[in-house]
Amino acid sequence: MNSSSFAEYLESTSPGSRFRLPEQGGESHGDLRHGTTIVALRYSDGVIMAGDRRATTGNIIAQRDIQKVFRADEFSVVGIAGTAGLAIELVRLFQVELEHYEKIEGVTLSLDGKANRLSSLLRSNLGLALQGLAVVPLLAGFDLQRNHGRIFSYDVTGGRYEEHDFYAVGSGAHFARGSLKKLFALEHSEPDAVRAAVESLYDAADDDSATGGPDINRGIYPLVFRVDSRGVHEISADLVSELSQEMLASRKLNPNGSRAQNVAKDKTLGDTP
Amino acid sequence: MTTPYYVTPEQVIADKAEFASKGIKRGRSVVVLSTDFGVLFVADNPSRALHKIGEIYDRIGFAAVGKYNEFESLRVAGIRLADMRGFSYDRTDVTVRTIANAYAQTLGSIFIEASKPYEVEIAVAEVGTDQRTDQLYRISFDGSVHDESGFICMGGDSDTIAESVKSGYHAGLTEREALQLAISALSAKADDSETDNNTSNPQGLEVAMLDRSRPRRTFVRLDRNRIAEITQ
Repeated sequence: MNSSSFAEYLESTSPGSRFRLPEQGGESHGDLRHGTTIVALRYSDGVIMAGDRRATTGNIIAQRDIQKVFRADEFSVVGIAGTAGLAIELVRLFQVELEHYEKIEGVTLSLDGKANRLSSLLRSNLGLALQGLAVVPLLAGFDLQRNHGRIFSYDVTGGRYEEHDFYAVGSGAHFARGSLKKLFALEHSEPDAVRAAVESLYDAADDDSATGGPDINRGIYPLVFRVDSRGVHEISADLVSELSQEMLASRKLNPNGSRAQNVAKDKTLGDTP
Repeated sequence: MTTPYYVTPEQVIADKAEFASKGIKRGRSVVVLSTDFGVLFVADNPSRALHKIGEIYDRIGFAAVGKYNEFESLRVAGIRLADMRGFSYDRTDVTVRTIANAYAQTLGSIFIEASKPYEVEIAVAEVGTDQRTDQLYRISFDGSVHDESGFICMGGDSDTIAESVKSGYHAGLTEREALQLAISALSAKADDSETDNNTSNPQGLEVAMLDRSRPRRTFVRLDRNRIAEITQ
């Protein structure tokens, strides 16, 4: 065994220990925890990833302060949606996988290399995914060769797709993506990009019951990470709290959030004389 | 029919030990120092690619002298053991004692069972919360473990080097003093040295440390510019 992969070493020492298929499948999994919405967007210096804090089991809120965005290594972060137990285990394995490679080889994997490793780890969960226990990660990192942030999305088969500007996964992803489509700008400064992420999670929570919004009374706000040429940095809870409260104040006047400019108001309809 | 050639077990062991220690004495040296800021590893090693010093886990470092291919396989085995334990239990459950014991077992059985013993000497160190809780272990080619306090010197001329380190070593060494002490010790080899190289300039040094102040992964490699900057 000369591999630099921890997952392969794990499989060789205890075969089948990971993600063994249950004897019977196809039942409902209503009592398992599910993570919900993760968003990622690029900005001028790198990439931002943020996640809401809710975990659900069926229609019940199972946890209000779950962590769904993790530092994967010095220059990448991974967010997870889907079956929380399997997803957190996947993240743990992915973190060790990257560190293990780095220690044995003496160099870090390229960002594409990291993205491909996550694919193959995910693929080993395909059997469970088809029985309803899907895990959907989102990877974001700073590519030191290309000198900009990059985002990778996945499906349960391990398919890996690069997203160019922004992306979201989880039950509230459609709403978050709709929101980001209007708010995203590559020229954004870090606070503007964090604000856009917080707004998009609010829009997801607004329309998706499984996504949690900012919880002022308990002081629970989205977890936000930044990755740029200096590495991974968790945005301080104070700043996220401040930006969330500003957003909530502006939404008091405007519950649906920022509005598109009324560009058509001075134009006449049709140009026939 | 000829009578089978008989060698006493004592003779076998003595021959193997002589063979292994000769091999180690021919090689370059490594110094490991426990200091106020952390554990410093300094190796006489002109190669930029083939490391003698490595990271095992969050607070555990590795250094070796002797045959590269032999200690490289031990280094990888140490990383696998540490990562496996950290993944199965928790990161805080990975200790240098576990690693040192595993190396002792491995080297001990290779020494007895294999026809050729490993020509290596290993140092593993764990940086503690303060200097009193630092742990330094030296594991010899026959699997014997030495629990050292303060510093470890291994490789060719290790006795001369140890004398030199001992004369200048004290607990409160700064980063600069510790590095200078290690460098001067590595260059203070006996004139009739059997080693193939007698110069220890910063260009031929590999330096790393377990930085006590860092969270989680404490291992940092110092590149040549940084070494020159500190020693000037």
